[in-house]
Amino acid sequence: MTTASPAIQRFELDYAAARKSARRLNTISTVLFALCFVVTAWTGGFFDMTDVTLANGDRVSMWKIWAGLPRLGEYLYKTLPVLHWETLWGDVGNWFWRWKVWLQLLIETVLIAYMATLLGVVGAFLLSFPASRNLAPNRIILNITRRYLEIVRTVPDLVWALIFVFCFGVGPLAGVLAIGLHATGALGKLYSEANENADMRAVEGIKASGGSWFDQVRYGIVPQVIPNIISYTLLRFEINVRSSSIIGFVGAGGLGQEIRVAMSLQEYTDLSALFLIIFTTVIVIDMLSEKIRHRIIGLTGKGV
Amino acid sequence: MSDTSSGLRRARSLVPDAFVSPRRTKLLRILGTSAFVLLTGWCLWAFDFSPMRLVEGATRFGSVASFMFPPHVWQSWTEWQEILKGLGETVAMAFMGTLLGAIIAFPLAFLGARNIMPVSWFRLGIRRGFDALRAVEQLILALVFIRAFGLGPLAGILAIAVSEIGTFSKLFAEAIENTSKKPVDGVKASGAGKLQTVRFAVLPQALPVILSIILYNFESNTRSGTILGIVGAGGIGFLLADRISAYRWPEAWTIIFLIVFMVYLIDGFSGFLRKHIIGKDDRTRS
Repeated sequence: MTTASPAIQRFELDYAAARKSARRLNTISTVLFALCFVVTAWTGGFFDMTDVTLANGDRVSMWKIWAGLPRLGEYLYKTLPVLHWETLWGDVGNWFWRWKVWLQLLIETVLIAYMATLLGVVGAFLLSFPASRNLAPNRIILNITRRYLEIVRTVPDLVWALIFVFCFGVGPLAGVLAIGLHATGALGKLYSEANENADMRAVEGIKASGGSWFDQVRYGIVPQVIPNIISYTLLRFEINVRSSSIIGFVGAGGLGQEIRVAMSLQEYTDLSALFLIIFTTVIVIDMLSEKIRHRIIGLTGKGV
Repeated sequence: MSDTSSGLRRARSLVPDAFVSPRRTKLLRILGTSAFVLLTGWCLWAFDFSPMRLVEGATRFGSVASFMFPPHVWQSWTEWQEILKGLGETVAMAFMGTLLGAIIAFPLAFLGARNIMPVSWFRLGIRRGFDALRAVEQLILALVFIRAFGLGPLAGILAIAVSEIGTFSKLFAEAIENTSKKPVDGVKASGAGKLQTVRFAVLPQALPVILSIILYNFESNTRSGTILGIVGAGGIGFLLADRISAYRWPEAWTIIFLIVFMVYLIDGFSGFLRKHIIGKDDRTRS
């Protein structure tokens, strides 16, 4: 009983070795993580100090975030509108004094998102077939379309908007093209992944009965991936509404330009009004598209 | 062949309704199509998609794009240093912002998870709070933080952190809810308290998923970190917006390619780490 069997001894040895290597891995990753933390904190200026003047006139050195918090509170407080219970309607009217312009721009914002989604869907749908591994006619076309989609989605839509505002002039046209191009890349990736996960037996059947590449895609793949495509598209529409609400910041149409004007003119209450408008729109659109998505997929509670 | 077609013809004459869609579906289809065509047409008109304007813009874009080749290479080290510092700042902002957001979101997620927080009105209230945080655009947060903390990467870090709190809390809470109940019962049966149950039964299941979510969002924050610079919150975006507004296209294209390359590297790195942490490539989120 006192002498352990060789099997147990071997187990103890293996266990000790496993513990040791796990500990080594942990130490190395902790050190690496700490190193990353220090370097990024230093580059990001996270622990920077700043001089502030206190209420009694003293100048002290303070952590920048700590010093900025009161200013943040002050700024947010300034954006709050003055509302009195007795004159509520008038006050709200004053708060949303530019509502006619804002309503128009809000409609423009949603329409920009709509057109951009449409452009993105058409582009991504056409490119997703040559970009999926199981359907591409040859490797060269596969790689070219994949790299194109990658570049187009890595560059943020705001950067595309900066470029297109120069090319197409200020206005919603530049915004539609910018968001549409970015959406092409993002949707193209999702669509092509859906294509790759599709069941290939249908395609083989059509191939066996003499269908061309086009027939194989049209009758073998498309019916399988349509539900996925619809749900990805609705998700993208939500994201595009968010993008189009800020894309006006660089002059590409929508509500963003009003935010920029209100910021530079220091119209604090306008900012909160605009924020409220965008916030409500985004939430309403999120809810609507979630409802549609659940109805289409036939699931309740779990989206894609 | 002719046998089938004659059979078909007979079937068609016997039950004509089986071969046409019902009137309601037809009507809906026509209505839907016409609404789609009208809306799209109206948008095309309202946004001034005239062929002339498109051709003119495309030619201008062509001339802008022609500056891509040959790619511009900066000659002096000081110029390179500026660009590399911008790229590094973007990654640093994403790293610190994601980390800060994850640290704050971690305890909040437990309050929003059904299996940890049974009081439903409290849990749902917390969840609506997450939703509200997520609905605020990162760029708008950055603009607000610039006013309070000045231009520079600090505003960007805080903007990323605050918007990530909402995202992370929701995703972490879902990860915690998706854990199996069996280990919880086992640990409880051996006499553990509430905290011990969380530590030894829930956390070991949820942590790999949580880590993978953090890495994934770090990736997406390096992408969005580039646009925070455009409004002045530090990072490579500031340099890019500066080059574009000065019409220095060759340099702008090189910066864009460097951003693509950087994102590519970070994607590869975090994909590698995620594969090791979770054991397989998680394709479910993309």
